[in-house]
Amino acid sequence: MSRRVTPESNRLTVTGSGRSLEWFGLVALVALIAAQVLAVLTSPPERDMGHLQKILYVHVPAAWNAFMAFFVVAIASLMYLWKGRERHDLLAASAAEVGTVFTGLTLALGSIWGRPTWGIWWTWDPRLTSTAVLFLVFVGYLSLRSFVEDADQRAQWSAAVGLLGALNVPIVYMSVRWWRTLHQMQSNPSTVDPEYVIGLRSNGIALLLVLIYFILKRYRAARMERLVEHMAERAALEGRDRA
Amino acid sequence: MNTSEHSALKLEGLARRFGVRWALRGVTLEVRPGEVVGIMGHNGSGKSTLLRVIATVLRPSAGDGWVFGNHLVRNAVDVRRHIGFLAHSPGLYEDLTAAENLRFAAQMFGVAESGIPFVLERVGLGNAQDERVRGFSAGMQRRLALARLILGSPKLLLLDEPYNNFDAQGIQLVNEVIQEARRGRGGALVVLHDRRQGEHVLDRVAELGHGVVVGVSAGATPLSLVSAGGMTH
Amino acid sequence: MAFGQDLRRARAIMWKDLTTERRSKAGFNAVAFLGVLILLLFGFALGPDTEALREAAAGALWLAILFSGVLAFNRSYQLELDGGALEPLLLYPAPRWTIFAGKFGANLLFVLLVEAIVVPVAIILFQVKSTTGWGSAAGVMVLGSIGFVTLGTFYASMASRSRAREVLLPLLLFPMLIPVLLASVESSNALLAGNPMRDAGAWVQLLVAFDVIFVVASFLAFDHVIEV
Repeated sequence: MSRRVTPESNRLTVTGSGRSLEWFGLVALVALIAAQVLAVLTSPPERDMGHLQKILYVHVPAAWNAFMAFFVVAIASLMYLWKGRERHDLLAASAAEVGTVFTGLTLALGSIWGRPTWGIWWTWDPRLTSTAVLFLVFVGYLSLRSFVEDADQRAQWSAAVGLLGALNVPIVYMSVRWWRTLHQMQSNPSTVDPEYVIGLRSNGIALLLVLIYFILKRYRAARMERLVEHMAERAALEGRDRA
Repeated sequence: MNTSEHSALKLEGLARRFGVRWALRGVTLEVRPGEVVGIMGHNGSGKSTLLRVIATVLRPSAGDGWVFGNHLVRNAVDVRRHIGFLAHSPGLYEDLTAAENLRFAAQMFGVAESGIPFVLERVGLGNAQDERVRGFSAGMQRRLALARLILGSPKLLLLDEPYNNFDAQGIQLVNEVIQEARRGRGGALVVLHDRRQGEHVLDRVAELGHGVVVGVSAGATPLSLVSAGGMTH
Repeated sequence: MAFGQDLRRARAIMWKDLTTERRSKAGFNAVAFLGVLILLLFGFALGPDTEALREAAAGALWLAILFSGVLAFNRSYQLELDGGALEPLLLYPAPRWTIFAGKFGANLLFVLLVEAIVVPVAIILFQVKSTTGWGSAAGVMVLGSIGFVTLGTFYASMASRSRAREVLLPLLLFPMLIPVLLASVESSNALLAGNPMRDAGAWVQLLVAFDVIFVVASFLAFDHVIEV
């Protein structure tokens, strides 16, 4: 069955000046600032955590969006394995890079939140732990890409690794949750208390806009890099009469 | 697929790169059924890469190729059924015996194992069949690799410097196999660095330079610089 | 008809891998000894209190198996790469899944044999004492091994052919094995504590689901990653 990339399917173009993307980025930034202000103003101090609770307005949306990024990686990988178009590979790689940053941010903030709250730097909370596993899967994905030189091979391998990683995320989450309930550890901060929902949701959406902006920007840069490489290829092929 | 309608091998602008280096930059070549074509060129001219792309070991970066009408990329599985590839390194399992290597090959090819003793005798390894390949000389390993090739009954032979490491008997053996392919209306593409080695079997010789065909000559006579091949897009 | 031929091909590859391994003599002994050594180190790190050791036994055992077993997977491709045998292997008119099936079978047998040595040592070193549940615990061991070997065989097909193969394989493989680790350790502990279906049942179901999902996924994805 093996699907092979044929050169015709790989025509890459980068259209436009990218200015509309920059406007979108500005909108995303404004949305983020607005959402943060909204969250800080509309939520009272939490009974246990006090103002520390506000950190969750970045930590939780960052977590949601890290998983969103991984979802993009999974879909783009599937598209690549199915259709073989290089742009899907580039999209997956861009989403993975941005997703890694968001995941790292989630973990750092989770740790910072945990220290004053529980007195420890890490809680084996299922969501935080799944995020840590996601981080490792991202790192593995990016390491694989950096160790493979042939573009086709790199794209095929990354797509397979990305998809299998995506398959595993829900399984990891379930496993860790069962594991935790078995050993009856501390409970997690609630994300559904009505007073906090508005703040969390609006920041979730704002951060989603930021995520999309970064992924598209990275994707555009990746396509431009490949376009330059393709042009160099054509030049090399045409300048062959040296014998 | 009715092989008598198609060339044994047809290449159009075949190109392959490794990173930024282009090993093949547009090879156009045809091998008619029953024809034996030699490939010559300096080191780095792309001879081995060309064979490996045709053998579907590597995928072309650009251009097209067909083996008996089967496209190298789209019908790779069918291409493999028609070819026999003798590479630089023999690619044998050193901890298995000669007979075990061939038995494995027979099972993978899906052919009967009963032909193995005969093939081993033919390549002169009848006495060594139960010895591990690890102890074989380079020449013996090549003979075994040739035996494996024969076992697959290929129509198009792809031979990368087949005369290396061979004594006179070995060279004769290679030529016999090539003649059989010719008689079966198959074909052969033979990479060599000395045209005298293929004196008696070659119909034509194509010279590769910097990844393209720079000249084709008939038989083993000195090269006439007829420009053949190049980029089609 | 053709499927029977493909099964024979898979079996041929499995036989070839196992025979090569047996004759080269290097791999199995080293891996089994490494497993034992890791158990010993865990003993030093976690003991010598008997209760602490007993609680940690299943976890230490599984980690010893993972760290030593991972060496087997790259080796199974190394024997193709060393002699340049991977190219001829890919040129046979055989569907790619037969290669995966053969290597999976060989690796599974290898890992199970390593476990046959490492498990008794763990029982002794960690003073595991239990009257019941051994059969089921062995079954869990096999289920966990299947998940381990399937993903190990899959990722090694890529890692063994890239740079930094020694670190890339664990880096890719271990995050994926977390559910296997949790499920195997938890269900083993439950079974040996005489608590069969209540606690262990859910974990065993997870293991079975994991195995089914990833055996299928690996077979399907192998086609894409084995080509050069």
